[in-house]
Amino acid sequence: MNTELTGVVITFLLTILLAYSLGKYVAKVFGGQKTVTDFMNPLEKLIFRISGIDATKNMDWKQFLKSMLTINMLWLVYAFFMLLFQNKLPLNPDGNPAQTPDLAFNTAISFVVNCNLQHYSGESGMTYLTQLFVVTFLQFVSAATGIAAVIGVFNAWKEKTTNNFGNFWVIFTKSITRLLLPLSIVVAILLAFNGVPSGYQGKDTITTLQGDTMQVSRGPAAGMVAIKHLGTNGGGWFGANSAHPLENPNYFTNMVEITAQVIIPVALIFALGFYTKRKKLANVIFGVMTAGILCLLVPAVIAELSGNPAIEKLGVMQPTGAMEGKEVRFGPAASAYWSIITTVISTGSVNSMHDSSMPVSGLMQLLGMMINSFYGGCGVGILNYFIYIIIAVFIGGLMVGRTPEFMGHKVEAREVKIAAVVTLLSAFLIKGFTALAAFMVANHPETAWAVQPGAWLNNPSYHGFSEMLYEYTSANANNGSGFEGLGDNNIFWNVTTGFVLLLARFLPIIGPIAIAGLLANKKFIPESPGTLRTDSLTFGVMTFGVIIIINALSFFPALTLGPIAEFFSLK
Amino acid sequence: MKKNLLISIKLTAVFIILLAVIYPLFIAAVGKATPGGGNGEKLSVNGKVAGYANVGQKFTDDKYFRGRPSNVDYNAAGSGGSNKGPSNPDYLKTVQERIDSFLVHNPGITKSAIPVELVTASGSGLDPDISPAAASIQVKRIAAARNLSADQLHTLVANHTQKPLLGLLGPSKINVLKLNIALDKLK
Repeated sequence: MNTELTGVVITFLLTILLAYSLGKYVAKVFGGQKTVTDFMNPLEKLIFRISGIDATKNMDWKQFLKSMLTINMLWLVYAFFMLLFQNKLPLNPDGNPAQTPDLAFNTAISFVVNCNLQHYSGESGMTYLTQLFVVTFLQFVSAATGIAAVIGVFNAWKEKTTNNFGNFWVIFTKSITRLLLPLSIVVAILLAFNGVPSGYQGKDTITTLQGDTMQVSRGPAAGMVAIKHLGTNGGGWFGANSAHPLENPNYFTNMVEITAQVIIPVALIFALGFYTKRKKLANVIFGVMTAGILCLLVPAVIAELSGNPAIEKLGVMQPTGAMEGKEVRFGPAASAYWSIITTVISTGSVNSMHDSSMPVSGLMQLLGMMINSFYGGCGVGILNYFIYIIIAVFIGGLMVGRTPEFMGHKVEAREVKIAAVVTLLSAFLIKGFTALAAFMVANHPETAWAVQPGAWLNNPSYHGFSEMLYEYTSANANNGSGFEGLGDNNIFWNVTTGFVLLLARFLPIIGPIAIAGLLANKKFIPESPGTLRTDSLTFGVMTFGVIIIINALSFFPALTLGPIAEFFSLK
Repeated sequence: MKKNLLISIKLTAVFIILLAVIYPLFIAAVGKATPGGGNGEKLSVNGKVAGYANVGQKFTDDKYFRGRPSNVDYNAAGSGGSNKGPSNPDYLKTVQERIDSFLVHNPGITKSAIPVELVTASGSGLDPDISPAAASIQVKRIAAARNLSADQLHTLVANHTQKPLLGLLGPSKINVLKLNIALDKLK
């Protein structure tokens, strides 16, 4: 095996190993058992006292949601105004301008919802103040929101019949003090010692060896790069994200960053097993998700290692594979691995430009975001998977002719309706808005926006269509990566993706919490021989089938117009 | 509702102080101990700054090893790739032009020996590295331009090749700036 492939395999195995131990730790933290981080206790008590939080108060699912939504709305307003006035605020050594209202609208939403779609370049579109007080701050708290949501659901699953989701404020705070902050400090220090800048000095101007003048953007990036991955956020300090040599300087930092972004989502799956005492269910879920990832990963790695057939024809050699948009220090294998992990996990950071990926990899990236639950983002991955489980239970129930059940509770019309709405929402948002964008390109190319629709696409034909499809898929998955050739900093894209982001973040959190809340309230029915067991391999395979069928039905036609057509036209 | 809002405001304020002030300042303090003091590691020639160790530079002179084509012309005030799709005809034309230009500058090299990274743009536009093969293929040109022996240059390239991490993870690479600084010192 060559060293590029061993790099990928070792990274993956290391991740699973670390995530398993972390999962145990997470279960202990939220189960109130002793852990190594108990020295945080006084700090947490102080935070609760200052904020007026009664840590002993339990919440039902409605109170839990209200608290979560209130604080999220507050962040939205705060972030919007900070970005709008960043040019007048301190910590702006490079003298960068304010964001336009539509861009600030998009950016604020994007970071609140853990997406990090960036319609600006960090070097020129942000100040150090907003990078820290808006971006870094929101990267912590949006991830903590997702983790709190799933821990709330775990609390509902833990008991036979209960109203209790736990206290949102407490779970949220502990997600930061016990999980995100300590891990970020470790990762940030590893990155800083490998060359990611952490100081506050502004842009530098130097004379190169050859005698040209060049500028170098810098800034306190190390801390943000750490949480951008641990919190599955993905928004980069620099425009080129983790392809930038100061954001991701070598193969070691690449391994650290790619591991950091998967570790919490995977740990939460194992935590589900330890916390709710359903290890078998957790293992089945982990198995299905891992199988799903391999189905996306293997073709992408092969496609990138094989190189671009159109370049092959020009007669140069592609000893390692396709290199457009990739960095030499990572190589095509690690770039393909990253591109799949970042899309299934909803991180959306990149270490190569996805727009220049081979069509097969582009297809796999899109599928990863459409499915959005093979591991998935911090907390929300499991919630998305939960929706697929409800649908699978429903279909399974119909097949065996019994009322469907999940964890000893009857799944009835109301729950299935919620699950159906959440599932259909993705297809509606992605296809509806892509169609609208394509309509503008085809019929109103001269509309007087900052970037005219005729100039939106950086590539012609099928690939141009993929750029639009990718943008909405990414927004809907709260992913944040892009086919970045798209001219997206204008009012059309800023506003439409802004709305997609909001809907696609909060409905898929509200939906599963509501279902879990409704189910937990119902009478517990002990298992009988006729029960459809949800922790069996058979049910795992069935869920996998449901995921494939729903997504194939929803997206196959759209994918045919984009990457699939490009694949067959590329000889 | 009102109570939730009040808690939200206070909790947000507390976490802004912890996460946007204390956390990055702490990392910056630790970062002072790193090479470059947290503001990027620089390389100097005769006491004069020649560049950032990790940020690629533009080399167009035939006397120097060249790095990869850059979509931002190696100006690190910005960054980014071409974002051209693999089937884009304009893009393929650009690659063809780069191949032609490379052959003009490197007489005696056959097209099939050019490693693809020398004619394709990197993701950041600031890629500091090339592969050992991409360095070796430029030896002939540089030897002629500098009146040095090819053997001497091949040794230089071999000495500057960074092996995969722990010998088994990731690709081999060469930092172009470091290589060129060493090249200038050869007599």
